[in-house]
Amino acid sequence: MAASGQDALLRVEHLSMRFGGLTAIGDLSFTAARNDITAIIGPNGAGKTTVFNCLTGFYKPTEGSVILTHEDGKQFLLERMDDFRISQQAKVARTFQNIRLFAGMTVLENLMVAQHNTLMRASGFTVTGIFNSPTYARANREAIEFSEHWLEKAGLVDRADDAAGELPYGDQRRLEIARAMCTKPVLLCLDEPAAGLNPRESEDLNGLLLNIRNEQKIAILLIEHDMSVVMGISDHIVVLDYGVKISDGSPAEIRSDPAVIRAYLGVEDEEEAEVVVERAVAAVAKKPAGKKVAAKKPPARKKGGRK
Amino acid sequence: MAAAPKSNDVKTEARPLEAAAIAKDVLFTAILAFIILGPILGLKTFAISGSLALEQRWGLVAVFAAIAAAGRLAYHLLVWQKPQARPSKAASASFLPAISFGKYLVPVVLILAIALPFLPGVDRRVVDLAILILTYIMLGWGLNIVVGLAGLLDLGYVAFYAVGAYAYALLATIYLPAWFGDGIVPWAFFITLPIAGILAALWGVILGFPVLRLRGDYLAIVTLAFGEIVRVILINWSDFTGGPAGIGGIPRPSFFGLPFTDGEGGFAAFFGLDFKPIHRIIFLYYVILVLALLTNFVTMRLRRLPVGRAWEALREDEIACRSLGINTTSTKLTAFAIGAMFAGFAGSFFATRQGFVSPESFVFLESFIILAVVVLGGLGSQIGVVIAAIVIIGAFEVFRELNFLKAVMPAGFDPVQYRMLAVGAALVLIMRWKPRGFVTRREPSVVLKEKKAISTDLVAEGHG
Ligand SMILES: Nc1ncnc2c1ncn2[C@@H]1O[C@H](COP(=O)(O)OP(=O)(O)OP(=O)(O)O)[C@@H](O)[C@H]1O
Ligand SMILES: [Mg+2]
Repeated sequence: MAASGQDALLRVEHLSMRFGGLTAIGDLSFTAARNDITAIIGPNGAGKTTVFNCLTGFYKPTEGSVILTHEDGKQFLLERMDDFRISQQAKVARTFQNIRLFAGMTVLENLMVAQHNTLMRASGFTVTGIFNSPTYARANREAIEFSEHWLEKAGLVDRADDAAGELPYGDQRRLEIARAMCTKPVLLCLDEPAAGLNPRESEDLNGLLLNIRNEQKIAILLIEHDMSVVMGISDHIVVLDYGVKISDGSPAEIRSDPAVIRAYLGVEDEEEAEVVVERAVAAVAKKPAGKKVAAKKPPARKKGGRK
Repeated sequence: MAAAPKSNDVKTEARPLEAAAIAKDVLFTAILAFIILGPILGLKTFAISGSLALEQRWGLVAVFAAIAAAGRLAYHLLVWQKPQARPSKAASASFLPAISFGKYLVPVVLILAIALPFLPGVDRRVVDLAILILTYIMLGWGLNIVVGLAGLLDLGYVAFYAVGAYAYALLATIYLPAWFGDGIVPWAFFITLPIAGILAALWGVILGFPVLRLRGDYLAIVTLAFGEIVRVILINWSDFTGGPAGIGGIPRPSFFGLPFTDGEGGFAAFFGLDFKPIHRIIFLYYVILVLALLTNFVTMRLRRLPVGRAWEALREDEIACRSLGINTTSTKLTAFAIGAMFAGFAGSFFATRQGFVSPESFVFLESFIILAVVVLGGLGSQIGVVIAAIVIIGAFEVFRELNFLKAVMPAGFDPVQYRMLAVGAALVLIMRWKPRGFVTRREPSVVLKEKKAISTDLVAEGHG
């Protein structure tokens, strides 16, 4: 159900990113619809994180454009905006592959920092806030309530006053998502949120992401190696390999060959996966399910289509 | 022992090295020391009738090698087993002093500070020392915003102190009287104070711009250079700043228009008191106390505002900050500006207290002492700055008092000469014993249910 034309929330057009001689992304185009979970998958080094970095302004793409359209019709050319303005104005929030929390601050403080811009305005850019003006006091209370709301959703209320760095890994992942949501985004970009989670935590994460899409009506862009997450919740999948899009479609299309289902949901062995993938209509990530932490050995790659 | 030793952690396990191993290690230390010290101490060149000759002093080298070996032995016997006693990160959090400790400490210290000039046995010297310590506390609190909260290492902080001092000196001696007549002079301090703060803040922004993209060591070097540039300008721009001779005759503060002079119209006459020079000292004491408390109040308040939280978030992770829509440029600039503003206030206080300013007062050593106060106190901790300022400035003063040492030590021994050495050694020891400073807990700026102190082991030190 790839959103077509003008209705798309995000349109990536002919995006290229080169680092010296290395083409991390080559002429990539895809769209993400409103209220959809769009997954970007591909083997290690395919350029998925680089796509996120281009979308969120951390890299300036070599070529191409990234257009975000708000519901009211307002358009943002993300490739031309500063990273912090993309979050502030275009309302794109993200998480990081290697979690970036404010480890020495409490869980609640992490979420309050995410509401910086709202609170900054309410505090009269500090001038009236320093005298605890009623406007600021109210905004502060509301911000705490909003944080609490997201803490409940992420199942972290009991840890609200603990340092973020003390949380177990799975909690840190969910806290980072909650923190991103506290910026009140229209598009949430998640870089491998299920990495390192156990199956139960992974299940909880699915619930959280579906809740974000269904109840909050927020689109999600998801990078993930865990096929149970990808196939379970995404509406639309883009497959990258060596920075080039090799497939794009609904999960049903991506796994139209029943063997692909087996490959991504059950096959433990990389060799077998490779055989399966060769037979697949579209090649997708080469990481067998259940092996979630990024493996150091080179991933299995499909034959052909290599430079 | 129930716990199985971790594979690469064997050395820190509770297994004292056997005597033979210790002996071997000590011998090795002695040999190493002998080799290293040999060329340095063992061979001495001296001039003899126009050419160089070599004097050999192997006995001396042996003495020093023996000292090194003895130190190594003492280390084995006294320190080596200690690491196993070191608590883990999680455990150390529970050893932190309860927050309620601060609840009683702060009011007690505050009452003591307010009552200090009237306590029995407190004479002019003590009040003078208290003023000096309070000045460093205020500077420490100001620098704490930049280094402790925002995590931006600033080695040139004294430049803003200088800007504040010269702003007051120039305005009070030349410009204010020229513009508004001599009647303004008794009020000069109160008029100039905000101006000095604003000027220093402006310089904070001027410094901030070029260093925005720098991190860590590079930031430290540029701020260090900035501090020196300001001092060199003060020395060389003689027409404006008075050059190396500085500016003298700076008006002393008045009690809101009443000068501290003997006779008609003075402070003592107005309140029907006997004239005493100490009145002015006590007044200065309260001025710096109020200024320091203002600095503390504002900082504590800012920490609970979005700007303060953004500073701390910046220290923790700049990239995450930007992903959350925080303008890190303006966040850094406000940290520099507000930190500098307090140094500006302190600078004008310094000028009015001394009655004289010169570039001599704003050397790198001052920046260093202020930074030491912040680091030793525990980055970001307000009460830590108080403790550290008392310890460091107090230690300097104690050395002035050690005259009895002169009687014991050989002639020509002056303890004051050794104070930097002793304070430096003390700093090294304290940092070895408490690497995160005296206060190793961070108080959260906002609480949902229960306030818990955060161990600073988790807190980032900032990277520029
Ligand atoms: N800043 C950079 N400078 C140089 N090369 C880079 C940079 N960032 C990414 N690359 C390269 O671009 C390619 C794509 O990297 P990217 O991190 O986007 O992969 P990925 O798909 O996210 O992989 P993974 O699944 O391992 O996270 C890699 O070859 C990487 O080395
Ligand atoms: Mg990646």
